[in-house]
Amino acid sequence: MASPTLTGNADLAVPAAATRGRKPRKALDLKYQPGFGVIAFLCVALLYAPIAVLTIFSFNAGNLVTRWGGFGFHWYDVAIHNEGFHHAAANSLSIAFTATIVATIVATAAALATTRTRRWPGQTAAFMVINLPLMVPEIITAVASLSFFALLASVLHLNFGLGNLMLVHTVFCIPFAYMPIRARLEDMDLTLEQAAADLYATPWMAFRRVTLPLLMPGISAGGALAFIVSFDDFTITQLVAGPGQTTLPLFIWDHTRMPLTPEINAISTILLGISILFVTLSFIIARKRRG
Amino acid sequence: MSAADIPAPTERLVAAQQVIRARWLKSRYLLSGPALVIISIFGILPLTIMVIYSFLKAGDYGGVQWIPSAEAYVSFLFQRDIFDGTLTFSDAYLLIYLRSVLFAAATTAICLILGFPTAYFMATRPPHQRQIWVFLVTIPFWSNLLVRTLAIMLIIRDEGLINDTLIWLGLIDKPIVILYTNFAIMLGLLYSFLPFMVLPLYASLEKLDFRLVEAGFDLYATRGRVLRRIIIPLARPGIIAGCLLVFIPAIAAYVTPLVLGGGTHLMIGDLIALQFGSSRNWPLGSAMALILMAAVMVALIFYVRTTTGKQQALHG
Repeated sequence: MASPTLTGNADLAVPAAATRGRKPRKALDLKYQPGFGVIAFLCVALLYAPIAVLTIFSFNAGNLVTRWGGFGFHWYDVAIHNEGFHHAAANSLSIAFTATIVATIVATAAALATTRTRRWPGQTAAFMVINLPLMVPEIITAVASLSFFALLASVLHLNFGLGNLMLVHTVFCIPFAYMPIRARLEDMDLTLEQAAADLYATPWMAFRRVTLPLLMPGISAGGALAFIVSFDDFTITQLVAGPGQTTLPLFIWDHTRMPLTPEINAISTILLGISILFVTLSFIIARKRRG
Repeated sequence: MSAADIPAPTERLVAAQQVIRARWLKSRYLLSGPALVIISIFGILPLTIMVIYSFLKAGDYGGVQWIPSAEAYVSFLFQRDIFDGTLTFSDAYLLIYLRSVLFAAATTAICLILGFPTAYFMATRPPHQRQIWVFLVTIPFWSNLLVRTLAIMLIIRDEGLINDTLIWLGLIDKPIVILYTNFAIMLGLLYSFLPFMVLPLYASLEKLDFRLVEAGFDLYATRGRVLRRIIIPLARPGIIAGCLLVFIPAIAAYVTPLVLGGGTHLMIGDLIALQFGSSRNWPLGSAMALILMAAVMVALIFYVRTTTGKQQALHG
């Protein structure tokens, strides 16, 4: 976009005398707003400072959480040899993997049904139901699920153990998986599928060989997001989890109830690293073919 | 694939696409069924059960007794005398709700004041830099909330980085109490939800047509005027979406007041969890959750009515 020189504007015009001997003034930058850049840098600094402090002090060799006692991997060593950590990691991973796989599959199917078809009665309602878990605050989902499983246990004597958490996680993972898949499907048109049909592909083959490969970036991005939200969840897990169902976030929380050591920095940094890894993956996959 | 690559649809093409759409349409219930069933049984049914619980009597050791009662809603506003059963108005819970609304509103306002310039700055960078900025804001958006809040706690507590540094510099003798104050909660909320404001704002500012800004300058508007009269009105959908995305999780915040408020500065989220935990009054907790849900619904209906039904994609 060409920037015009607005010499007529009293506010912006610079008298020739003032610029003499200096570099010629740049043409008016339309987009500039004073101070906005400073605030932007401040905001990013605010967002990253605590994370940076946590990460730096996870390499603290001393015994105090935020007082530097030399560089070392001591507390990572302590953390990864902690029995409780292993147990929590196993729980977290099995819940997150189950929830991610189920949520991604059903979200993919639902996205196909809500984008590849003509509008059908009930489509809006279906869309709202799928996105409902995003609208309800976490704490409400948490206590509702707690009530539900308590009722199941007392009336039907049903308790799925770790399955309780897997089910709840699947519910709130579905909309997170659904969003990128749907976005991807809306960018894809039907021509290639139609070409496949012209070449005598059966509907299943057209889906398997054309639609699914094209949809894969959306599915992977959605799956990555589902995995993070499940892996990181604290509120719902804390209220629904039964004895022995400690996940990594719960493990960290239990740790803060004890005298603090830099071990908490190390475990937290590991968790952050996993979140960042999956966000990055999802980010790269989702952007890749969009240009 | 861009729209330009696709030839203009012929009649035959349109007909063939109709066939494909009809084919998918046939299996719509089969395809959307599993997701809808899972969410209905394990998402909507529990909410319904919570509604029922709120009209029951509390069990002695947690849980409920199946006796219909409006006691939960009565005790939200009144305190029953344990000897003669008379009701006196009690504003204890109401005050916590009011505090939460104020905290959420203040967080939303500060996030907007900081987030708008940030999003605008991001949206006016060259495309390559824009990607980096979006990535930088996206990372905290999805990172573990508990861990991020704990990081704040480690910095502001009495033996934390700030107090240690100030003492070391000799500026203060004894630590300034920051943790477990209202300030700590505000800081935590701001830090948690700032990305929720920046990303939708960015999404709407990125699409801003700068020819309109240019026209404004042509008509002798100052920068401030261009901002107020052109840029902000055009970013309105993003502003509303951002405010909602901050306000709703902030009013229902659980982790932030739990970690940074230390159980003395309660917000609604903790109050509800408390009823299901040590207070063992599930009906009261359910009633409180429903009252919170009603507040959220009001905010959502406001959102739906002020926007023209356009979906704001948050991610990607």
